[in-house]
Amino acid sequence: MKNRRHGNHHRWEHTREFLIENLIRLCGLSSVAFVFGIFFFVFREGSGQLIGGKLDMWAFLAGVEWNPGSSVRALYGALPLIAGTLSVTVLAMVIAVPLGLGGAVFISEFCSPFWKETLKILIEFLAAIPSVVWGFIGLMVMSPLIIAMTGAPIGLNVLNGGIVLALMSVPIIVSIGEDALKAVPDSYREAALALGATRWEIVRRVLFPAARNGLLAAVLLGVGRAVGETMAVLMATGHSVWFPSSVLDSVRTLTATIAAEMGEAAVGSQHYQVLFLLGTLLFIMTFAINLTADLIVRGARGKG
Amino acid sequence: MSSACQSRLSTVKAVVRNAGSDTMVNAAQAWAEEYASVRPTVSVEVAGGGSATGIVALIDGAAELANCSRLVQAEEIAAARRRTGKTPKEYIVGYDALAVYVHRDNPLQEISLEQLGQVFGRVGQIGTWTGLGIEVPDVRTQEIILISRQSNSGTYHYFRRAILGPKGDFRLGTRDLSGSKEVVSLIGGTRGAIGFSGMAYAINEVKTVRISRGHGTKAYAPTEENVVGGLYPITRPLYVYTLGEPIGETAHYLNWVLSKDGQRVVRETGYIPVFAKAEQGSKAQ
Repeated sequence: MKNRRHGNHHRWEHTREFLIENLIRLCGLSSVAFVFGIFFFVFREGSGQLIGGKLDMWAFLAGVEWNPGSSVRALYGALPLIAGTLSVTVLAMVIAVPLGLGGAVFISEFCSPFWKETLKILIEFLAAIPSVVWGFIGLMVMSPLIIAMTGAPIGLNVLNGGIVLALMSVPIIVSIGEDALKAVPDSYREAALALGATRWEIVRRVLFPAARNGLLAAVLLGVGRAVGETMAVLMATGHSVWFPSSVLDSVRTLTATIAAEMGEAAVGSQHYQVLFLLGTLLFIMTFAINLTADLIVRGARGKG
Repeated sequence: MSSACQSRLSTVKAVVRNAGSDTMVNAAQAWAEEYASVRPTVSVEVAGGGSATGIVALIDGAAELANCSRLVQAEEIAAARRRTGKTPKEYIVGYDALAVYVHRDNPLQEISLEQLGQVFGRVGQIGTWTGLGIEVPDVRTQEIILISRQSNSGTYHYFRRAILGPKGDFRLGTRDLSGSKEVVSLIGGTRGAIGFSGMAYAINEVKTVRISRGHGTKAYAPTEENVVGGLYPITRPLYVYTLGEPIGETAHYLNWVLSKDGQRVVRETGYIPVFAKAEQGSKAQ
């Protein structure tokens, strides 16, 4: 009797273990399914243009003019939109990566516990500001400021969009970067100190290499935020089909174009399908960035 | 108390939804608020998004009324017939003088339709303020910054057709903003800019430019008087569309919009009521 109960208990334990294990496995696999599912559906909506050559792929990828509503002939040149997305993202990263990683190092290594808590709360607050508010700041505050400081003819441009996106990515880079630095065992720091390293040497020679993967993940999530952001860049960049020759030129990004035009494009029309192709393009771009970064990390690890 | 509760619960409000033109959104909002006191049992819901978005909502059944600052297009009528079997029915609910705005410090006083085409058009020749014979203070390059709207905007389509013609396109590189209000506030902060928006959107930081039909003819400001007299060259009707003949609460609401009270709201929000133009028409005869 006692034995049987013990056996039941054991079996139950076993089943529970099995269920939980598989549930977790399912959660893990679901993200794979979601990624492929989303890619599949986005691609399927746009694929009508690829089959039968309804859309000249060369004119799409290398065309310099985007004017789907033209009263003469609809033009779907995505190149200026790609240039727009790249220019704003690169500028945003040039500003956000040093600021974000610097902030992470400061919070994790250099400041007092009081400031640490205060800064973390403030940065989380910064991360919680909705993107339409950032767009409004770009339009109403930054735009006149940029005109006054640079003498640019218009304040809605790459610089404006880049700064706004940088401000939106910094909180992500700081909080994830700080977590990565915190995860480096204190024994590393102590060992370096014992060898007579200065604080800066510890950061540069010990913490950065040790937390490399986490810091890269922080930067990548920041890039992802910048590439995928819609509302703020729609308002801050001027939304103008143009190849930027300086940071003071207005541009138009892929995301903003999709957002602005999806509402009027009739379901199934050429315009609609091309907008989904833009989505596919965006997907491929972010995928390429993530893959490259992953390969770099692996390469660096292999060498080390 | 319990009976009051009960009556509130039992009267499920009828809903009339309208969507579309950003030019008309303030007027639509004012109508909805006023109508709440005229007919408390009906709730009027207003959404913006642009004229094209309104027509799409009408066809999809997401709205009973589409606000539209341009005529419905042939493809849209075809889509409505194909999807719903009904034809959009048109009502003129007011008039707008589409105003051309520049920064307050811009010395430009008047411009002709032809010059506007040269400034905004794809094949236009005028790219600087000096090309218009003026100089805007504190603008180094004198480049004309063109502010336009996104292509779901009825104002965009009306302006393109009226200024650039049926086969005309905007110049590449216009800054395309999402709302009438954004256009005016951006011009208010940008000295070298020119753009267009409904007459009701004027603010202190901008001024409206007088417009003439051709070089050497008299230019007129976008005022009610000039619209009613047929003098202001880019005057447009503001439309509301229904799918087929409106029925029930939708018809009731539309009747009220076209009544003296509904039209008073049009004037209060800065546009021109239908009767003002009709009176002038009968006087002229």
